[in-house]
Amino acid sequence: MAFLMTLPLILIIGGLVVWPAGYAMHLATMNRRMTAYIGLENFVILLENDTFRMVIFQSCFFAIVAVLLKALIGFWLAHMLHDIPTKGQRKWRGMLLVPWVIPPALSTLGWWWMFEPSYSSINFLVNAVGFPSIPWLGTPWWARISVIIVNVWYGAPFFMIMYLAALKSVPEQLYEAAAIDGATGWQRLFRITLPMMRNIISITVLFSLIVTFANYDIVRVLTNGGPRDMTHVFASYAFQVGLLSGNIPRGAAVSLFMFPLLAVVAFFMLRGINQRNKEMA
Amino acid sequence: MSEKATPLGAVSRRQTAALAAAATLAAPAVFAQGTAGTLRCAFWDHWVPTGNNAMRELCGRWGERNRVNVTLDFINTTGNQLQLTAAAQSQSRSGHDIISLAPWDVGSYADRLESVDDVIGRLTAKYGPPNAAAEFLAKQGGSWKAVPATSGTQNKPACVRFDLMKEHAGIDVQAMWPARNERGPGADTWTWETFAQAAEKCQRAGFPFGLPMGQFTDAVDWVGALFAGYGAYMTDARGNPTIRGNAKLRTAIEMTVRISRFLPNDVWAWDDASNNRALISGRSALVFNPPSAWAVAKRDAPQVAEKCWTIPMPAGPEGRFIAFLPWNSGIWAFGRNKTAAKALLEFLSERESAEITTNTSFGYDIPPFATMSDFGVWEREGPPAGTIFNYPNKPHHQATASIAFAPAPPELATQMYIQALNTKVVARIAQGGDSIDAALGWLEREINSMRRG
Repeated sequence: MAFLMTLPLILIIGGLVVWPAGYAMHLATMNRRMTAYIGLENFVILLENDTFRMVIFQSCFFAIVAVLLKALIGFWLAHMLHDIPTKGQRKWRGMLLVPWVIPPALSTLGWWWMFEPSYSSINFLVNAVGFPSIPWLGTPWWARISVIIVNVWYGAPFFMIMYLAALKSVPEQLYEAAAIDGATGWQRLFRITLPMMRNIISITVLFSLIVTFANYDIVRVLTNGGPRDMTHVFASYAFQVGLLSGNIPRGAAVSLFMFPLLAVVAFFMLRGINQRNKEMA
Repeated sequence: MSEKATPLGAVSRRQTAALAAAATLAAPAVFAQGTAGTLRCAFWDHWVPTGNNAMRELCGRWGERNRVNVTLDFINTTGNQLQLTAAAQSQSRSGHDIISLAPWDVGSYADRLESVDDVIGRLTAKYGPPNAAAEFLAKQGGSWKAVPATSGTQNKPACVRFDLMKEHAGIDVQAMWPARNERGPGADTWTWETFAQAAEKCQRAGFPFGLPMGQFTDAVDWVGALFAGYGAYMTDARGNPTIRGNAKLRTAIEMTVRISRFLPNDVWAWDDASNNRALISGRSALVFNPPSAWAVAKRDAPQVAEKCWTIPMPAGPEGRFIAFLPWNSGIWAFGRNKTAAKALLEFLSERESAEITTNTSFGYDIPPFATMSDFGVWEREGPPAGTIFNYPNKPHHQATASIAFAPAPPELATQMYIQALNTKVVARIAQGGDSIDAALGWLEREINSMRRG
């Protein structure tokens, strides 16, 4: 009976998760025409390719820098909000969440208009204060920075709301006790706030890392991977190689490349959370 | 390129966002006539707002005459939707009977497409052979696997601000390429060397040429035509790299790098709309584009449009090549009504049908047959009168239609095209500071990587 009750869920997971993932793995072991099994050859080819090695660097750089910035900004915003009286907090919370609720493809289009190579509105302001125009999307490092800026703008509210929830769950008595003991603000932060938020920080960072590694729309809309492939990340490169260029097995290999690494990271982070939960229990 | 066609979905990522809600299959038009079965067609959704009307009218007329129910789906290239549809139907071996295919997709799906040798044979007997680029793309393994389409097919000649060109570069493009079937004085000097000199002069005058150098089709196509003009090919017909010791390739790259020095410094990030904007805003003296840039200028900046004149691309040491981006109509081998599909495609390719298609798109669509380069619409459109007379490839241009990365085999060329190897190799030198040898080494490694697996 229990099995029957869970059968719908098993079918959904099997159909929508296991089968597509397994099929992608199968595809990644095929030749370009999908007529012969070539084992891990697609991964070998990718690792020997200059452009793909650059994509690995960019994906890691993009994900790590963006997640770090989102975590720091989200943490700072959460603290600022936490200190606002409850009555006024709601409207600020709502406003700060706006970037997160707009579909990223649309908001990125807005950013693209601001960065647009020839008629950038940001450059209009930059020029107004006496500085020369910045080629936001035209040179590799500015383009990489632009992609990160948009990702941070979009993702920081998620961290903010998670951290705010975590902050609200920290017992006030701990801070009162610390105040009696004469703890400084930094001591309260490092000895109370951060340890109490450690689990939520781990989970948020893990989720965001996975989502940021898999990011597609921002790069696709903002730079399409250019200039010279220097803003491609795994997802955008997989789309270009697999679907647009007609090499579906190679594209599948690109998209699966980070799977083992992320799986290991997720395993250790989740194990740490479990251990801490057991200790607290 | 918000108003013009780029079949490979170049602009699409932005239009994807802007038109997200609209980026679905258009409601199908059904012409229910009766007893000779149903024909399901997926045609490219035309950029020109009235562009689909010709297909509706022609298919309706044909369906009525032949008592066939014709169902039309106009699928756009926003978000590469049409290409994804073709990929999905190819995988599942089910879907439409006829499908519009992007230039390189005929080769990719050749083994799943019905041969149309008989259709092309009859059309060739009437109108002469389709142009060389169309044949290269649609004829696979000695057999025609698709019918080169008129709807959506485009050339990318130079759209020139004749006033700026005359004032700053001393070139009278209207005299050189008049709205008549003849070459004017100086037409023979319209070479890439002349072009580079003009680019420098116009750049100094503050009106740089608006030539994209990124990864979108407009960039890949004009650089491809320049390379062809120098006889510079990166591979042979079997896909073997022909890079080492290739003096022609080196010369073509050097010329492109030289031209790129006189372009706006952000062209490396330009998409297919950027060049249009450069022209329409009055900031640029020349772009390579179908007449859509001029057409938008006619609407939004008439003072610019009335000073535009379309002329062929410059010639190189190996001849004059015009960037050509064709759509093809393929019939799936698993289609249910292949006989009717062939008959419809033949009807759509006939001169009368092609002229209706071209007229409806205000001259944008280019038939693949050289004998159809004399439609009246190209003479009538203006202002100025005759501005797009030289948009189709006419005999006196002495030009060859070309597509970048030919003669590479399709499965390789499509990767090279989509990943814009020609503009990237130039960018590595001009923007990245690589030596030409280092850039050519990178190019060879990329091609070899694409060939593996």
